[in-house]
Amino acid sequence: MSCEVSLPEAKKVAIFGGTHGNEMSGVTLVNLWLKNRAEIRRSGVEVQPFITNPRAVEKCTRYIDIDLNRAFTPENLSKREAEDHPYEIKRALEINRIFGPKGSSDAYDVIFDLHNTTSNMGCTLILESSQDHLNLQMVHYIKQAVAPMTCSVLVNEHPFLQYSTSRSVAKHPIGLEVGPQPQGVLRSNIFQSMRLILRHALDFIELFNGGMEFPPCTVDVYQVTERVDYPRDTNGNITAMVHPNLQDCDWEPLNPGDPMFLTFDGRTVEYKGGNTVYPTFINEAAYYEKQQAFVITKRGTLIARQIKVSKM
Amino acid sequence: MVQSWRRARLDVTVASTRSMWSKNPATWLKVIHRFPSLASVSLQELSMVTVADQEEERRSSHLIYKMEVVSLPAVSRVAICGGTHGNEMTGVFLVKELQKRKRKEEGAEAPDILPVISNPRAVQRCQRYIETDLNRCFTTATLSVPVSDGTPYEIQRAQELNVFLGPKGSVKSVDLVCDLHNTTANMGLCLISYSECDWISLHICRHLQKEMPSVPVRYIHYDVPLSEAYSLESVGKHGFAMEVGPQPHGVVRADVWGTMTEGVRLVLDWIKRFNSGVQFDDKVMEIYTLVKTIDYPRDPETQMITATIHPQLQDHDFCLLHQGDPLFLTFSGNTEYYRGEEPLYPFFVNESAYYEKGIAFLLARKKKVNIPSVRVMTRESV
Repeated sequence: MSCEVSLPEAKKVAIFGGTHGNEMSGVTLVNLWLKNRAEIRRSGVEVQPFITNPRAVEKCTRYIDIDLNRAFTPENLSKREAEDHPYEIKRALEINRIFGPKGSSDAYDVIFDLHNTTSNMGCTLILESSQDHLNLQMVHYIKQAVAPMTCSVLVNEHPFLQYSTSRSVAKHPIGLEVGPQPQGVLRSNIFQSMRLILRHALDFIELFNGGMEFPPCTVDVYQVTERVDYPRDTNGNITAMVHPNLQDCDWEPLNPGDPMFLTFDGRTVEYKGGNTVYPTFINEAAYYEKQQAFVITKRGTLIARQIKVSKM
Repeated sequence: MVQSWRRARLDVTVASTRSMWSKNPATWLKVIHRFPSLASVSLQELSMVTVADQEEERRSSHLIYKMEVVSLPAVSRVAICGGTHGNEMTGVFLVKELQKRKRKEEGAEAPDILPVISNPRAVQRCQRYIETDLNRCFTTATLSVPVSDGTPYEIQRAQELNVFLGPKGSVKSVDLVCDLHNTTANMGLCLISYSECDWISLHICRHLQKEMPSVPVRYIHYDVPLSEAYSLESVGKHGFAMEVGPQPHGVVRADVWGTMTEGVRLVLDWIKRFNSGVQFDDKVMEIYTLVKTIDYPRDPETQMITATIHPQLQDHDFCLLHQGDPLFLTFSGNTEYYRGEEPLYPFFVNESAYYEKGIAFLLARKKKVNIPSVRVMTRESV
C-alpha cells in the first residue's frame, strides 16, 4: 500500500563535472554553465555547477593520485583537511565541506554527477538507493520526457560493490552516465543527450518545489549483483577480450552458455551462471585496473510513492 | 595479368599523357635518391611510342609505355612495434603475444621478427606518454640531442630505439618497421607512411586491400623529408604505422583485434612471398596525401573549444568534404561550414589525442600512384 511521502523543497542543487577529468561531456557542460547560467536557471532552485577534480581535468586524465569517485568513504571524510593527503582526498574533504557534510541536514539536496563511459550504455541514471522516492520519481519523469530516446536506470545497493561517490555527499545523489564515448573525446550526440537529461531533471525539481504532486509509479530498473573480471594469467595479465557477441550489448540478456570472452589465441569462454542476467559497463576502459570486464545486473521493478513538497 | 606496361594502350588526352610521361622518370629518380645503396633498378628501356590509330584518329594519340620490374633487397628483419602510445591497446597485446612465440618461423624466406614494446613506462601506466609524445621524437635533430638527467624519458627512449632498430638512414637499420596504433576516429585500417614511392609499403597495402575486402584499407602519405620525419617507422629502411580504429584508448575490442592481427599476418605473408621470389605486378593505387590540419573553434581568451565535430562529419572519415558541408556544431547551436574550394578527404576525425595538438581533423587529397612490379633482388640481378 503506497502512501504519500512529504519531502522538503530541493532548494540546493549541484551539477558535478570532471569527477573523472577525461570524461568530457560533463567537463564541457559545467564549464559552459559556469560562464552562463541561463540554461540551468529555475525558479525556486539554486543550481551550482562545479568542477570536482580540476587538476585531473587540466591534465585530461581520470585522476591524479586516486579515483575521486571512490574517495568519499567515512574514513577519508573524517580526516583533517589541513594535513598532507593524496590530492583527491584533499579534494573530497573540500567538496564535503562545501556541499555536505555528508549525512547532515546542511548537505545539498540533490547532486547530479556527470560521467561518460566507453561502454555502449546509452543514457543511464545511477541510483544508490531503492528507497529514495524523490529520485525514483525524478528518473521516472526523465524517462518519460526523453522518450522515445531510452534511459536505463541502474541501482547499485550492493554491499560490496557499492562505492563512495562524490555525489554521495548529497541527500539525493544521482549519477548520469552516457556512452559510448572514448575518454578525452567530446561527441556531439552524447553531449546533447546529457544536456537534454539535465534540462528535464531541473524541470522536475522546479515542478516539485512548486507544489506539483507526483502520483505513485513504477520504475523498471537494473540492480547490480556481481562484478566479472577478465580471465588473467598467474601474473595478473589479461588473457582475453570481451567476446564480439557481448561487446556493445549492454542491457541485453546474457544466457548461460552464451559467449563472454575471446582469448588472444582464439578460444571462447562462455558464461557459466545459472540464470539469464543483464550485463552492463561492458568494456569500460577505466575498469581494467579495477578488475572489472563488466557488471552483472538483474531486472527489477521499484515502486515510487506519491511525493509532494512540504513547505515548512 | 600484364607483367609490365609494355604494349599497354592507354586512351588518354595528349596533355595528361605528357605530364604522366614526365612524372615517370622523376619517380624512378626518387627511389634511387632515397635508397642509393639499396635500390637496383634494372631499367632496360623507357621509351615512348606514339601510335596513330586509324579507327580513333579523330581522338587523342595513344601512348605506349614500357616499364621494367624493380629489384629490391629481401626484407629480412621486420620490427613489429606496439605501445608507442601506451594506451593504444591492440598493438600492446599483439606484441606481447608475438613475444611469446619464437622469433623466426621456418624457412629462409621468413623474416626475422623483432616484437618491440616501444614505450614500456607509458604501457605500464596505460597512458599515451610519460613526458612527451614518443612518436614525435624521431627527427634527425631529436635523435642527436645529447642526453642528460633532465632529458625527457621519451627522447632517451627514442635514442635507444634508434640504436636497436636503426640507426635511421643507415644500412644497418631494420628492413621494415610496422608500428601498431589505434585511433578513436572511424578510420578502418590505414597504413601511414612518409613516402609515396616506397614500393614495398605500397605493395603491402595493396595486398591487404585485396585480402581483407570487408575492411576499408587505405594508404596515407605525409609528405615530409626523411630528416624531419618524426615517427618511429621512419627508423627502418621501409616502414609504416598501421592505424586501426575506432577504438577508445585504454580498451581492447575484439573486432579491432581481429582486424589488426589479420593485417599483421598479411604483412608478414607478403614479405615471405616477396623474399621467396614471387613477383608482384605493377598497379595503379589510390593514396591519400595530407594537405592540412583543422583545429576546433576556440574561445580567444581561454582557448577552450567552443564546438563539437558536427554529427554529419563525426565518424565520416574519408567521406569527401565539399564547400558548404558542416564541420562543427557550436555549444550555442550554430553550424560552422567548410569554406575551402577544393573538396578534400577528412581523416583522424575526433581523435582524442589530437585535442592537445590543436587538431579536430586532417584533410587529404586523393591521388593515383603508379606502382611498378617488384621482385626480390637475387645475386644475378645485382
